[in-house]
Amino acid sequence: MTATAELVRELTCAHCRLPVVDVTDHHGHDALLFCCSGCQTAWSILHDHGLGGYYTLPERRELAVTSSSRSFEEFDHPTFHELHVRGLTGGAQRVVLVVEGIHCASCVWLVERVPLLVPGVIRAELNVRRSEVALEWDPAATRLSAIAQTLASLGYPPHPGSGGAREDVRRKEERASLVRIGIAGAIAINVMLAALAMYTGWFGPGLDSQYEHFFRWLSLGLVIPAIAGPGRVFFRGAWAAIRTRALHLDLPIAVALGAGFVRGAINTVDGNGPVYLDGIAILIFLLLVGRYLQQRWQRAATDASELLHSLTPHGCRVVEGDEVREVPAKALTPGMLLDVRAGDTLAADGVIERGQTTLNTAWLTGESLPVSANVGDTVLAGTLNVSAPVQVRVTNAGEQTRVARVLQQVEESALHRAPVVLLANRIAGWFVVVVLTLAVITWALWVPRDPSAAMDHAIALLIVTCPCALAMATPLSVTVALGRAARLGILVKGGDSLQVLAGRGTIMLDKTGTITTGESALAEWQGPEWVKPLVLAVEAGSLHPVAEGFRRAWPDVSPAVGVETEHVQGGGIVAHVGERQVVVGSPRFVTTFLDQAPARHESVGTPVWVAVDGTLTATAAFGDPVRHDAATSVQALESRGWRVEMLSGDAAPVCRSVAQTIGIPVERTHAESTPESKRLAVEEKLRSGPVVMVGDGVNDAAAMATASVGIAVHGGAEAALVSSDAYLTTAGLAPVVTMIDGARRTMRVVKRNIAFSLAYNLLGIALAMTGHLDPVVAAIMMPLSSLTVVAGAWYGRTFRREPA
Amino acid sequence: MNIIYVVLPLALIVVLAALLAYVWAAKSGQFDDLETPALRVVVEDSERQA
Repeated sequence: MTATAELVRELTCAHCRLPVVDVTDHHGHDALLFCCSGCQTAWSILHDHGLGGYYTLPERRELAVTSSSRSFEEFDHPTFHELHVRGLTGGAQRVVLVVEGIHCASCVWLVERVPLLVPGVIRAELNVRRSEVALEWDPAATRLSAIAQTLASLGYPPHPGSGGAREDVRRKEERASLVRIGIAGAIAINVMLAALAMYTGWFGPGLDSQYEHFFRWLSLGLVIPAIAGPGRVFFRGAWAAIRTRALHLDLPIAVALGAGFVRGAINTVDGNGPVYLDGIAILIFLLLVGRYLQQRWQRAATDASELLHSLTPHGCRVVEGDEVREVPAKALTPGMLLDVRAGDTLAADGVIERGQTTLNTAWLTGESLPVSANVGDTVLAGTLNVSAPVQVRVTNAGEQTRVARVLQQVEESALHRAPVVLLANRIAGWFVVVVLTLAVITWALWVPRDPSAAMDHAIALLIVTCPCALAMATPLSVTVALGRAARLGILVKGGDSLQVLAGRGTIMLDKTGTITTGESALAEWQGPEWVKPLVLAVEAGSLHPVAEGFRRAWPDVSPAVGVETEHVQGGGIVAHVGERQVVVGSPRFVTTFLDQAPARHESVGTPVWVAVDGTLTATAAFGDPVRHDAATSVQALESRGWRVEMLSGDAAPVCRSVAQTIGIPVERTHAESTPESKRLAVEEKLRSGPVVMVGDGVNDAAAMATASVGIAVHGGAEAALVSSDAYLTTAGLAPVVTMIDGARRTMRVVKRNIAFSLAYNLLGIALAMTGHLDPVVAAIMMPLSSLTVVAGAWYGRTFRREPA
Repeated sequence: MNIIYVVLPLALIVVLAALLAYVWAAKSGQFDDLETPALRVVVEDSERQA
């Protein structure tokens, strides 16, 4: 190991591997360094319980542990238990919690070892896909709040689960689908075996009529439960389509299944003619598989709001007289006085009564730079108190808060969004009409020539045109494409959004965090070199974005020693380094420490001044750098026929300069947008065509839920992920272009598949109308058409790494 | 050939048993989560090596 590597290793946190900046004041544990007390806690917990093996896991979580001082007291509250906790036989209790930060195999390892960490926990079972952990514990030995604290200290802050009812319904539905597929599959295989025996006889010398009868009755006996059980969904769907007058693929499917079954049953009883029953059984099976695939990628609008409620804390501290009590946020009413510590998230809207602090209002504006707030200022639930404790008088609580109203909008938008009508269902409309008309024509043509065969030919036509391949064309192609997209780091939740993305329309981009990196970086520095170590020393203990910006900008500069911080305020920091007094902060803050007022100073971005011993020695400006792939991506999107616009909560001048940099005309930028106005902007554009909203924050969530397709970029807030249809796991805007290209290719594959299945149907119709459709030909043709679709979906080129 | 009247029902009984086992598995949630168990196996292997 080289000397530098050694140094780097030593200066990284032993738990999370993040660089440890403040070496002088490290949270020591023998020779190990920790970046924060949370990491140290996690490290000691792991080591004390002999779980040090965590650090040797191949795929370890690269996230910092959040130091959380939350007590999770509200998890022990009776109302909480009433809502979420279920008693088990034997006195144990069970709860399902949603945990943040689940990424990989090491998370499973760590979370499922909670029973070792907290005595009294019986079982912890993680579901990675749903980010849910099911906990069972003995209430006599431990409390839920203790378990929650442990989870949070490991870096997985828990939230109450979705309450169960809707989730249970979904789970039941999915299980029922699997059961249906299983039954239909078992029946189909056995009917096929019987059919094989019969067809062998048909080709060869002929089966003894006694055996043929046996096999016919066997097929009928097997198909009846297939129709009555798993097959019923198609008849129910068809009936619903008739009643609502909405054409759906279920209708032609039900017609074909019904006609085939009735005719097959009659022929079985009569003992002659084709039975069709093998075809019916295999159709039911294949159609159910297609339906299951579709069900799995269909957007679950109902999920959206549930995780969103994790935005506001579930508990908060209320001042009553001299006492501070922790109460569930649901119990808050206007007029109560909240005690909000630094690092806490506000649980209600209110007015500051005591104290002065800076707040991170990212959920409202998308901007991560904290804004200062003083006595008398209105503060909103969901904002993070960054620097100092304050007391806040509640004005609005619960459903009345601004954040709750925005979240309601997300929920409503998600529910009321017009569903994308799948291409296959649009085709279903005329498909039904054409097939029924052709069946009648066939019958009418054959009646004068051969009345006894007329009915047979008409029914053969109905069966052979059963849109099985058509019903599978979309779900299969989309499922395969989504799997490929996931491998490229594009996680698509609603497969139907691919259809929208393959078209044209408007793409609205959020600025902060989407077009830009969302991190404030040093954009301009005017001052002598010797000031840099002083600035770093002063900012060393601060988690303020400006402090982090300085550290990132000067990785090679080591901070000066001997710092004595005098006081920290919303506007800046005053400190002594050796003999010198150093002030770093906003111009207004720094000016009060200057001996003489400085000349006017213009700068782009957020200005930060540095004064040493009462003289302005350096000025810096912080900006949010534009992502390097933003300009080319915007160009690529425009060239693919999308109109690109920008929506931002930031001030107009900043928006204009960013828009110019990446080539969006100024008239297509919307500055100073609130979450509500972003939603309205999307709604307005929706009138003239599909809208794709790309964003990262809570403030984009409502707009994303309203848009035809919402895409959350890498690093987005949990709320944005939940309300989106797709999530990008790689940084930048280039994946959006990749996604649109992939969607186009996928739709091409879908269309090709639909064309194939229609061609098969056309051939079938021609054979049936001319009376050449033997049952054997039909039995070979139907699975063959499905196979073609499967092959087409599998070998179709959809998502690829390099965007063309 | 008459043996078929015995063998076929027997085969169907076997199929029924398998089907019942599958239905039980699906209903008790064995197929609910197809991702986590796979990860669990990976991790426990590496743990044993450690």
